[in-house]
Amino acid sequence: MSTPSKTRSGATPERPDEDLGAAGSQLSTAPKEELPNLPSLGVIGWARWFWRQLTSMRVALLLLLLVSLGAIPGSLIPQSGIDETKVADFRKTHTFVAPIYDRLGLFHVYSSVWFSSIYILLFVSLIGCIIPRTWQFVGQLRGRPPGAPKRLTRLPAYTTWRTETEPEQVREAALKLLKKRRFRAHLAGDAVAAEKGYLREIGNLAFHIALIVMLTAFAWGQLFKSEGNKLVVEGDGFSNTLISYDDFKSGNLFSSDDLVPFSFTLNKFTGTYEATGPNRGTPRIYQAAITYTKGAYGKDQKTLVKVNEPLTIGDSKVYLTAHGYAPVITVRDGKGKVVYNDAVAMLPLDSNVTSTGVVKVLDGYRNAKGVTEQLGVSAFFLPTYTKGNETASTFPALENPVLNLTPYHGDLGIDSGIPQSVYQLDKSHVKEFKDAKGAQLRENLEPGETMKLPNGAGSITYTGTKQWANFQVVQQPGTDWALGAALTAIFGLAASLFIQRRRVWVRATQGPDGVTVVEMAGLGRSESAKLPEELGDLAGILYDQTPGAPESDATDRTGTTDRTGSTTRTSSTDQDPTTPEPEAVPAEGAET
Amino acid sequence: MTLAAGTELATATNEHLANISNTLIYSAMAVYTLAFFAYIAEWLFGSRSRVGRTAAALTPEAKAAAKRPAVTVQQAGGTAVLERPTVVVRSAAGARDVPDGPGAHGGDAQGDLYGRIAVSLTVLAFLVQLSGVIARAASVERAPWGNMYEFNITFSTVAVAVYLTLLALKKNVRWLGLFLITTVLLDLGIAVTVLYTASDQLVPALHSYWLYIHVSTAILCGAVFYVGAVGTVLYLFKDSYETKLENGGKPGTFATSVMERLPASSSLDKFSYRVNAAVFPLWTFTIIAGAIWAESAWGRYWGWDPKETWAFITWVAYACYLHARATAGWKGRKAAYLALIAFGCWLFNYYGVNIFVSGKHSYAGV
Ligand code: HEM
Repeated sequence: MSTPSKTRSGATPERPDEDLGAAGSQLSTAPKEELPNLPSLGVIGWARWFWRQLTSMRVALLLLLLVSLGAIPGSLIPQSGIDETKVADFRKTHTFVAPIYDRLGLFHVYSSVWFSSIYILLFVSLIGCIIPRTWQFVGQLRGRPPGAPKRLTRLPAYTTWRTETEPEQVREAALKLLKKRRFRAHLAGDAVAAEKGYLREIGNLAFHIALIVMLTAFAWGQLFKSEGNKLVVEGDGFSNTLISYDDFKSGNLFSSDDLVPFSFTLNKFTGTYEATGPNRGTPRIYQAAITYTKGAYGKDQKTLVKVNEPLTIGDSKVYLTAHGYAPVITVRDGKGKVVYNDAVAMLPLDSNVTSTGVVKVLDGYRNAKGVTEQLGVSAFFLPTYTKGNETASTFPALENPVLNLTPYHGDLGIDSGIPQSVYQLDKSHVKEFKDAKGAQLRENLEPGETMKLPNGAGSITYTGTKQWANFQVVQQPGTDWALGAALTAIFGLAASLFIQRRRVWVRATQGPDGVTVVEMAGLGRSESAKLPEELGDLAGILYDQTPGAPESDATDRTGTTDRTGSTTRTSSTDQDPTTPEPEAVPAEGAET
Repeated sequence: MTLAAGTELATATNEHLANISNTLIYSAMAVYTLAFFAYIAEWLFGSRSRVGRTAAALTPEAKAAAKRPAVTVQQAGGTAVLERPTVVVRSAAGARDVPDGPGAHGGDAQGDLYGRIAVSLTVLAFLVQLSGVIARAASVERAPWGNMYEFNITFSTVAVAVYLTLLALKKNVRWLGLFLITTVLLDLGIAVTVLYTASDQLVPALHSYWLYIHVSTAILCGAVFYVGAVGTVLYLFKDSYETKLENGGKPGTFATSVMERLPASSSLDKFSYRVNAAVFPLWTFTIIAGAIWAESAWGRYWGWDPKETWAFITWVAYACYLHARATAGWKGRKAAYLALIAFGCWLFNYYGVNIFVSGKHSYAGV
């Protein structure tokens, strides 16, 4: 009973099967796999060939693989866009490979030429794939499901019965039933042709289009992005202009007019820390209370900014990124006149907020002799000072604050025109103060305490402690687009993966004995147990409307087969030695 | 938001509950070990029966028969009318028409009994482990995934839950049992020895309800991908076995004994495809939830942090796998290798990135 037919492996999704004719075609819009037949001649021929290759599934697959491979080095090698100091460390310790990495752009993989080419090619391929698929799908929607193939028995799911009902009535009933089941159905010749599950294709197209939108939004965001940092001491304010920032980075197309106008004042920073256990010192409550104003003349609003809860103003978001202490320091000159009174922000050195900073008294100070001088004080600050552990704080909260001061006098070099960090002291033109024993003057102060400068040179008082918070202000347009596209992608994907696109045909013809023969068959894009189930369900309902007629003698109407090879109706008519096996079942697909 | 607010109050760790949790986890390991031996017994007793279905189906005569419409599936409709039409199903052209194996017990009654005992023990162990995870969560008054120890115990709980859910849905997956429980024991072993961390609180960046969504779906996806990967590995073995038979080869007795009892390669393939495809949208969602969280915590939704990068790589690898199944010449084994690579990426993202690569996704004490 074996047939001489040959089974081709790797059935192509789109080739209309000889047996099924148009019926099996266009069940999806996946591109046809073309054999690599090289073009004969000409630039246009080559260009077309290249374009076909680029938009084929095979190349899309390859490019996807390349993207994932290409992303790997960036996760293992330090990236300058993420952590510049790590890159510098790496360069220092790996003197041999670093230049090679530099050459290959491995310190900035995600903006390197080669990585960009891969994903740009992928997205060109994607667009080249989507446009024809969309057109094809629109064509399918405007057309009608293809008519029934000649031999329905060849389809993956098949059933038949005989009935006294007239063929027209059967077809009418079938049409009504299928339409009620939300198939797109129509009458074509002696059969009803129906199709369902277009949402799969829509989902798939929506998913791929959403990917394009997402990438575009991401690229847009990178180009117009801006990101700046500002350290604000409690009681101080910030207004969103370029010059207000401590540091500022922006994308290539950003202009300062794009900055959203707003301002705010830091009222209070609150931090509490785990007191015991293995994570002693880990922040628990960590928040900044601010008063902000939108635009130039907006009204004041109060809010809390926390680590996971930035303040959003238009396109701008204000994040709380760091915090530290700012001891308030009062400096008096020899006559007791206050020449400096300010909170000095100290930069943390470790997780227990041991901090360092500098007080610079630039004008107004006169020494004991009445000569104008500048004062510089280098400061160490320990929020929690513990006896026996004098050089570092032992807890991040203000438990027992101590300020260690080392004053200098002379010329701080501010007027030399060379830019200076506010956190560093240029000691080239200053002199130390000496204590009574002739050693360098250096003292630990608790809040409220004052250190006297020798020989009536004045005094320095540690009045109290404020806190500061660092705010990062980020503006990245297109985020909403990216989010919308991402959500679309999920729903598209779900539709694409969970919905099965399938066709059903119902043929009703008058048999030679005058009894109507009803044949039903189903075809899906993939082999799925759902398809025969659904067909059985439909057949059951239709059967009730067009009840079975008595058996005509020779026919076993169910067409069952047994493995020993005894001939039944289905198998005997089915084994046509001249026709090859159908390839009605292309890709695996929508099954849940 | 209430979750975040709840944890914000620095709550003292409840030592007592933590100890109870540890005891429960160790007990679960003991019960899993019993289940493991019961599964082994199922396979051992099953080996007494000689099944040769695959071999029989792939003999030349059988193949000739298989050319015809293969299986009669089901009776349509109810039973009111006697003679209902029957749907005839043809399998795909070129597909091997091999019946599924009977499962580990191989039709042996005693084997089946042990298999049932094994499943019951798995249910018991699962309940004990689940209580352990809940006790842990209660002891720290937050979700149980603040560090790798907690992540591991939660992960294997969910993997077993996936398996038991499939069983409860009457899916034919009992053959997974031995392979799954073996790795669950391994996972728990690593958790209690290498990764153990005393209960503690989360760092503030981990206080976000997006975190709860992101991490819980990540764990679920990992567990389901894992089940899919086990199916894929078995598919590769079974497929080699079938190919060997088809080409007239004679596999060894052990291979025959095991392979004959597994489902057909096409069923295994379909199983792993369905499992992977079903969670792929959820994985996509997980990454998006992560991006939303990153946006609110660090001021950017995508910054190529190693963890993000590997989530992306995993995602693209699974997309490759799904594409491969729709591409001629890539179906079958090649696609299966892609699925395994993709799962490898997932595993690396979890273990490799946490341990070898430093990034923003730091857990308290590993
Ligand atoms: C950015 C890169 C891409 C990603 C992440 C991606 C992802 C996916 C995913 C996850 C699916 C599975 C959904 C399904 O099976 O229905 C899919 C299907 C599909 N993709 Fe892509 N894709 C990409 C690029 C492309 C390109 C460039 C093409 C065109 C050559 C393409 C054509 C298709 C087709 C035709 C299907 C449907 C396959 C089927 O019907 O089973 N994709 N894609």
